[in-house]
Amino acid sequence: MTSYGLKQRLSSVAVYIFLGVMAFLSIFPFLWMIIGATNTTSDIIKGKMSFGEALVVNATTFFTQVDAPLIFWNSAKITIIATVLTLLISSLAGYGFEIFASRFREKLYTLMLLTLMIPFAALMIPLFMLMKQFGLINTHLAVVLPTVASAFIIFYFRQSTKAFPHELRDAARVDGLKEWQIFFLIYMPVMRSTYAAAFIIVFMTAWNSYLWPLIVLQSNDMKTITLVISSLGSAYYPDYGAVMIGTVLATIPTLFVFFAMQRQFVEGMLGSVK
Amino acid sequence: MSAISPRRLKPRFDVNGWLFVGPALALIATFMVFPILHSFWMSFQTGLGVRLSFAGLKNTYRLFNDPLFFTALTNTFIFFLVQVPIMLTLALVTASLLNNPDLKFRGVLRTAIFLPCVTSLVAYSVLFKSMFVANGLINTTLIGLGIVDVGIPWMTDPFWCRTMIIIAITWRWTGYNMIFYLAAMQNIDRSVYEAARIDGVPTWARFLHLTVPMLKPVILFTTVTSTIGTLQLFDEVATITGGGSASGAAGPGNSALTLSLYIYNLTFKFAPNYGYAATVSYVIVFLVAVLSFLQFYAARERKA
Repeated sequence: MTSYGLKQRLSSVAVYIFLGVMAFLSIFPFLWMIIGATNTTSDIIKGKMSFGEALVVNATTFFTQVDAPLIFWNSAKITIIATVLTLLISSLAGYGFEIFASRFREKLYTLMLLTLMIPFAALMIPLFMLMKQFGLINTHLAVVLPTVASAFIIFYFRQSTKAFPHELRDAARVDGLKEWQIFFLIYMPVMRSTYAAAFIIVFMTAWNSYLWPLIVLQSNDMKTITLVISSLGSAYYPDYGAVMIGTVLATIPTLFVFFAMQRQFVEGMLGSVK
Repeated sequence: MSAISPRRLKPRFDVNGWLFVGPALALIATFMVFPILHSFWMSFQTGLGVRLSFAGLKNTYRLFNDPLFFTALTNTFIFFLVQVPIMLTLALVTASLLNNPDLKFRGVLRTAIFLPCVTSLVAYSVLFKSMFVANGLINTTLIGLGIVDVGIPWMTDPFWCRTMIIIAITWRWTGYNMIFYLAAMQNIDRSVYEAARIDGVPTWARFLHLTVPMLKPVILFTTVTSTIGTLQLFDEVATITGGGSASGAAGPGNSALTLSLYIYNLTFKFAPNYGYAATVSYVIVFLVAVLSFLQFYAARERKA
């Protein structure tokens, strides 16, 4: 009896230790980043784990090496345009596929879902050549355009539209609303939690995207924060102090969105298994 | 919800429907379908830059005689064969421990373990690079704890370089996969566990013989998505090893060269050969297609 109780207590202690270690390891790099921002590069590469006094120096280095307002504006601009356009165009399509289904459109839908299998590595060369032909190399439009019609987001909206009460739509039709009015005035407000979850996916992808902007954006004044961190950080002897300032600043928006919309965040991440 | 509801069988030409789906379809055709067909066509061509000429199967021949391609292929396979099982096991164990409703600090622990997902791949790669430098945090900690006598050559030894990248990817994605398992576990009837517990089935056996079989579909799903993700590994290796920078080499002895990184280098670093790069990219297309087929196959089995 006592030995059973003891064993159980020991195993629950083991569970807490395991989860505690997992949680600690998960959070640790965030602490490392914040502490690193206050330390000199030579302290960082020695693994110093206490706050230092180099915050101002690091920030000065970062802000003199990088035109930070411009770079953040580039990232923000790309993210905002990508988010608004993706949510609009993909939700229109998801709604259209579900509400106005016809046999031919079903076939197109299946074909469209197949594009989910295309790895980006196979697209980057032809996309680059296409953008060159359009004269869009080194523009933010070129970064945004290929991401706007996302088969995954369209799928996500179509799945969610199945739960959209069609009594609402029928009533609106009786009231004489046009189809686009039904979409913008009724569907959009009713489906705001779907939009929130989709927003998270698109926001995270756009803000953090790397490979495609790396290919398309060539001059320094067009680059995003992700590209800047990468070029500062992949140097042979990076100035880690300045890099830490950059990573902190780049992570703040996503952390903010995460804590502000935690429930939708998880829902967005799970979207694909619904 | 059968297929013959009147809403679904509307065969007539419906202008509204096309207006709604039209923009998206046009964009997908332009930026997905056309490029993938174009790259298929390019894979039969060769030449510098945009001056391509037809080459038949020359690229395929070159592929099979290209040691760098095989290095990249091997590395990519090592990454997913080692990393995906470690990460998914860790995620599954963590999720099943967190699924206990009596657990204290459950929400805090779950949030903490999920948190790596909010970082950008580039940002976390830079952080890991700074922790794994020669006399840096990880090595001083390991020496301090008496685990090793001399620092581990993370940046100069092929084995340890890959290990570091595997640790980094595992850090970033374990919490993400855990969330999928937790969501699936919500649907498992807890009374099954209670009954097993009362019957004296030990914890590990409950995990192995109850949790794992019931989560089989979602385990398959995460396996496929993780594998496809690893097949396309780029941001981490490019940032950590500087393989995306001017030097071109990805880690000691190209130990971190992945297929995506190789395609990028072929296209934008070395004398650009779009045709050959397209051929290499179709290797990824092929691998992803096979894996996705396996996923559909597994999903069919689930319904049956």
